[in-house]
Amino acid sequence: MRKKRLLARAKVLLLLLLLCLHTFSQNRLISGKVTDAKDGSPLQGVSVIPVGSARGTTTNAKGEFQLSISPATKSLVFSSVGFTTREVAIGGESVSVSLVANNSSLNEIVVIGYGTQRKKDLTGSITTVSAKDFQQGAISTPDQLITGKIAGVVVTPNSGQPGVSSTIRIRGGSSIGASNNPLIVIDGVPLENITNSDGTSSISGAPNALSMLNPNDIESFTVLKDASATAIYGNRASNGVILITTKKGKSGGALRINLSSLNSLAVKTKDVNVLSAGQLRQIVNTQGTAAQKALLGTANTDWQEQIYQHAFTTDDNLSITGGVKHLPYRISLGYLDNNGILKTGYLRRKSAALNLSPVLLDNHLHIDVNLKGTYADNRFGSSGAVGEAVRMDPTQPVYDKSSPYGGYFEWQQGNIPNVLSTRNPLADLMLTRDISTVKRSIGNIQLDYSLPFLPELRANMNVGYDISKSEGGKYIDPKYAGSYTNGGSQSAYSQYRRTKLFDFYLNYTKELTSIRSRFDLTAGYEYEDFYRASPATATRSVTGFNPVNNAPAQTTYGLPDSSQSTLLSFYGRLNYSFNDRYLLTATVRRDGSSRFGPNNRYGTFPSIAFAWKVNQESFMKTLPVFSDLKLRLGYGVTGNQDIGNNYGYLANYTQSTATTQYQFGTTSYYTYRGEAYAANIQWEQTAAYDAGLDFGFFKQRLSGSLDFYYKKTSHLLLDVNQPSLSNLSNHVITNVGDLENRGVELNINALAVTSKDFTWNVGFNFSYYKNKITKLSLVIDTTSPGYQTGAIGGGTGNQIQINSVNYPVNSFYLYKQVYDQKGLPVEGVYADVNKNNGKNLFYHYKSPNPAATIGFSSQFGYRSWSLAFAMHGNFGNYMYNNVKSNLGTFSSISNPNNYIGNASTDYLHSNFQNAQYFSDYYVENASFVRMDNISLGYNFGKVIQKKINLRLSAIVQNAFVITKYTGLDPEIPGGIDNNIYPKPRIWSLGVNLDY
Amino acid sequence: MNIKNLYKGMIAGALMVSAASCTKDLNRLPIVQVTSASVYNNPVTIKEALAKVYGGLALSGQDVSTSPDINAPDVGSNTYFRNWWEAEELPTDEAVIAWNDGDLQQYHTMNWTPQMAYLTLWYNRVFFEISSANEFIRELPDSKISSFGASDAANIKTYRNEARFLRALAYWHAIDHFGNIPFATETSGVGQLPKQASRDSVFKFVESELLDLQTLLPDPGQNEYGRADKGAVWTLLAKLYLNAKVYTGQDHSTDCITFCNKIISSNAYSLAANYANLFEIDNHTTSKEIIFAIRANGLTSQSYGNSTFLVHAAIGGSMDPSQFGVGGGWGGLRVTSALYNLFSDPSGNTDTRAMFYTSGQTKDIADLKNFNDGYAVTKFKNISSTGKAGSDPSGNFADLDFPLFRLGDIYLMYAEAVLRGGAGGDAATALGYVNALRDRAYGNTTGEITATDLTLPFILDERGRELYWEGGRRTDLIRYDLFTSGTYLWPWKGGILNGTGVDGHLNIYPLASTDIVANPNLKQNPGYN
Repeated sequence: MRKKRLLARAKVLLLLLLLCLHTFSQNRLISGKVTDAKDGSPLQGVSVIPVGSARGTTTNAKGEFQLSISPATKSLVFSSVGFTTREVAIGGESVSVSLVANNSSLNEIVVIGYGTQRKKDLTGSITTVSAKDFQQGAISTPDQLITGKIAGVVVTPNSGQPGVSSTIRIRGGSSIGASNNPLIVIDGVPLENITNSDGTSSISGAPNALSMLNPNDIESFTVLKDASATAIYGNRASNGVILITTKKGKSGGALRINLSSLNSLAVKTKDVNVLSAGQLRQIVNTQGTAAQKALLGTANTDWQEQIYQHAFTTDDNLSITGGVKHLPYRISLGYLDNNGILKTGYLRRKSAALNLSPVLLDNHLHIDVNLKGTYADNRFGSSGAVGEAVRMDPTQPVYDKSSPYGGYFEWQQGNIPNVLSTRNPLADLMLTRDISTVKRSIGNIQLDYSLPFLPELRANMNVGYDISKSEGGKYIDPKYAGSYTNGGSQSAYSQYRRTKLFDFYLNYTKELTSIRSRFDLTAGYEYEDFYRASPATATRSVTGFNPVNNAPAQTTYGLPDSSQSTLLSFYGRLNYSFNDRYLLTATVRRDGSSRFGPNNRYGTFPSIAFAWKVNQESFMKTLPVFSDLKLRLGYGVTGNQDIGNNYGYLANYTQSTATTQYQFGTTSYYTYRGEAYAANIQWEQTAAYDAGLDFGFFKQRLSGSLDFYYKKTSHLLLDVNQPSLSNLSNHVITNVGDLENRGVELNINALAVTSKDFTWNVGFNFSYYKNKITKLSLVIDTTSPGYQTGAIGGGTGNQIQINSVNYPVNSFYLYKQVYDQKGLPVEGVYADVNKNNGKNLFYHYKSPNPAATIGFSSQFGYRSWSLAFAMHGNFGNYMYNNVKSNLGTFSSISNPNNYIGNASTDYLHSNFQNAQYFSDYYVENASFVRMDNISLGYNFGKVIQKKINLRLSAIVQNAFVITKYTGLDPEIPGGIDNNIYPKPRIWSLGVNLDY
Repeated sequence: MNIKNLYKGMIAGALMVSAASCTKDLNRLPIVQVTSASVYNNPVTIKEALAKVYGGLALSGQDVSTSPDINAPDVGSNTYFRNWWEAEELPTDEAVIAWNDGDLQQYHTMNWTPQMAYLTLWYNRVFFEISSANEFIRELPDSKISSFGASDAANIKTYRNEARFLRALAYWHAIDHFGNIPFATETSGVGQLPKQASRDSVFKFVESELLDLQTLLPDPGQNEYGRADKGAVWTLLAKLYLNAKVYTGQDHSTDCITFCNKIISSNAYSLAANYANLFEIDNHTTSKEIIFAIRANGLTSQSYGNSTFLVHAAIGGSMDPSQFGVGGGWGGLRVTSALYNLFSDPSGNTDTRAMFYTSGQTKDIADLKNFNDGYAVTKFKNISSTGKAGSDPSGNFADLDFPLFRLGDIYLMYAEAVLRGGAGGDAATALGYVNALRDRAYGNTTGEITATDLTLPFILDERGRELYWEGGRRTDLIRYDLFTSGTYLWPWKGGILNGTGVDGHLNIYPLASTDIVANPNLKQNPGYN
């Protein structure tokens, strides 16, 4: 009932807004003085703002102020950097206030694993980014909110597709063969890994498991980086932990309604450079065969123009927060309609979230209930179209009236489509319908009970779930050339996932002033179970026959998938502080995982950290410039159990699909394959050291932290070769390698200016890191270069990266190009780098991993205006330009297979006849700086009957990129640029109403 | 107070229940996959496990483009047949390939190393096949088989013997290509590091296995088509003996003749009337020439590395794929002029075995990677003798069973063994066999040769004409000591347009460096360190 009424009220408010923006002017004048509570001295520059308004004033040198306020104003807010903000009710015409100095940011409460801690008591490397510092603009997935915001946390969107996943790396990857994704915990519920071992989303049909969360519901991200902070999460913590806290209601708070709408237009930023129709014509006419010349068309088609569109997105959110007595609540509804710039694709997401956080039993029982539900419809624009638009002959028209392929031009071979040729990219988009519907709900109830007879002891129980259901299907029109001879194709898939969580801990906190000590002890138990199932799929012909010869079409079948894994853990933590100067944190977690055999099932993960609050020492009292100075040292061991296979230690058999049988006589028989296994498979272990310094100056107007870390992963889970005949395949995932990561991180935040009209905040972060493989095999091997990886487009099975001992992960492994006097590459001529008469030309080149990353953001405020920007950059990262290597050749145009292809304009430079996939000519420095967003906002203050605050904003995302890289985008995870769905530039206008 | 107690009770209760009962949840068992115990308890699934050992010759894994048996950068390009064929044919005068895939071209340039990725694929594949057979045999000891009813037990025993045959076949390929190899039988379990065995000792193992099996497998033609019988065992023995001198230094021509005679005198096999029919999808019904085939089915047994590879890779340029019953060509394989020149009349008008496509193609190969350089081959087709296309309507996958062993080959082996001095046969019979093949090729007796023409070099050339692209050319050339020496040059031999002799160590491929690393028991073949 209440909810309905609130909704009705919100509607009325909206209507009112549309009527007029009218202000009254029966204001009155109020004056006063602000002093420092410590010594009564006047405070200058304190901001004084009427509650519910954007326009206020600041105090003068005598601490005095004068302000005209509306009759509706009941109280004033006094704030100044370094002091606790106060809200004071207006009695008469003058108000006098004293403010208490604080280290406000240091008193913040930070969420840590299984509990919270005051920021000033932290001993580990932990960074929190809250909503006000998030990336701005049209952001459809939560991970992108913190891009470039935290030193050592690199978030790279995998493409420009709506809702796309990001590659998230905290302090580099700690693994090669197993997952490198951080553990993500939402309101205390640890989620299943966001990707499968092959990099696809763990939720079928969702471009990104995190796209099933509405970013607008998120209050803060807390990133645990070093092992002393993460070790409490034991076996899943090696790649860092991200704690996401969603927005909550506030105790005793008044009803607040927030309505926001952000409307955006996404446009592509640039094209892949390919030959124009004229250039292609000239090349074929001078160098082509007669047959090829005859194939040339007369059109002038820009295929990349054909497949992209200006895409509109709207993101609308309504939230209602408040508190009824002891029941604070928050309800939110969101609707996102995010269209892709690649035609036909979209993400439409409806989400709802409910939070109730009642406090009962005389404040002894705190209950926190979170329920989130999301319903998303996706359509995926055929991703093949991106590459097809680059390869398709621009002299051919888009449409061909006589074409049997839906009226689209297609290359033919006899009376069927030429199977080797490039398909018409627009036809690929328009004649393919790849859709999914995904539902996901995450919820938990947390009961926190402090015992009445022993209030120092709390019992905390958290029960949670995460369930998703996906259904999807792909329909390919029978007229589409790509499946013409199969009479089209239709397939469907579904998936059910369920995570169950039970977590219980006891916490005992005791302050013993006699020995100047504070103890905080936690001991707990956690059970988490992951289950997923997807039935076998079938891909059937639409018409049932081949239109060319009327033969019946075939049906192909996929394998079903279903698996379950369970984690069972005990954990404990001691925080001890002496004299509020010396802090000690020790944690231990013992994990059991069903993914490992009985002999290796359990692992113990300890950590210890020490911190010294230097500024509390008496000798520091003479240096008041330091508001914070804390030295931190930490060490811990964490694990990684995400090996992609739930039953890797067991011998099991897999049946083949119906199309992969073997025939005896006239009968086909399914086959059963024994799978390779490593019975002794166990955890990856990462031992990590961290030394950090937190500092703050001028009452925290300038603050930051500096961290040095060293991580060593051992028992690295690698998919390694097995000695022939010793197992049932040539490879198995087992524990053999070692890997090191080391780096430096710096975070700085500054309140550069804070005056009456003008404020300016700056945030900067920098990180430098290096990784190196130190061991890859049980037997030390000097002859083997390592494990090749990094599959590229072009040819069959070509790989251009390698994991080798003493080199960074995924280093490029190529031939060294020889150049002529003019500086042009000589085709097929490579340096004999290994001095063995060209027998092995491969050598280790650069790495795709950035050596350094930076993030820089700034917020200016002038009266009611705000201007902010955020940028980030990578340095020393290299990229293999696969578009050029695959298409920058004459053979890309000319082939004996009865069609013409297009080439990259790089062909005009290199003049290569055949593809030289392994030339290091194609590896480019892809260092870049990207302006993530620039936003301009204006706060109109109270506009409708002084009740509704209106804020308008204009934002441009991906405003520009500064780079020397010649491909489309220098920021692609993995360092191989092969026809990635381009990231658009997005222009947005936002309106935000607060009641 | 009541409520307080309730909460307390709840929490305490939950704690106790969960801590006590959940450790057993760590024993999760596979849901979709099954364990070996359940597979080998049922005669139906045992036959399906046998189908895997056979399918290992043709399929890439449990699905056509995912779930590969071997960790390969490209699933489709890694199958036993395709990898074996490439290693047998590409370094010879019979075939060149246009693809710029990884280091595939090293087969032509003949500068392969233990790191060569395509060779490593083949190496891994042949030992995967042996591992599969070992696993099958290991899981079915006599004690286990006797637990089934009599008729099931008899069938299962035959299955196990067929797995032994397939293991012998793979071991033969392994010593033929890799010399001294890692060796293990069903007696060594998973996780045991195999020892290296000499070429000679593996030869003896294969020989003894086959001599044993020749009494255990069904009579020629009596097993289901596609499954091995005595005819397959005899043929493998004959091939092993014909090449024995290469492996052991001992000539076994007499033994070769013995087993050729067994095949011929069984009367189970006869030459196909029409040579072209042997390479069409109804080849097992149009004649009784084929002794053992690697089977394919465009609908139920799909692979990019069975005959699908051979049909598609041969099509390119202006060739019309529909003439071959497929949806398109892969533009890969052609012949060198050396093979083409073996035919006195390459038009196909007199010797019908000359099946070349020349339109838009050049005879000489200026550029290995250009499909138009070198004549194409039209021998293998996904159509029936009556011109009907294969079963896959999209034309992606072929139905063509690849004739691994056939009677025509036996005739030539007999003749060669006689010429090499083997006892148990005679030159007149040999001449008759050779002329039988030539009569079929010419459609009349105009192609017949005389006794004086029947020499060892003639046999090698005749094997080229009769058996080109059927796998085995490298083995033939090595037996004649022509593979590496400068005595016989063909275009692009050793990576040179006019051909060049190369070092003799290349007669044996190197062991894959990955295996040398993983298994300290292994010593690399000579010349590769």
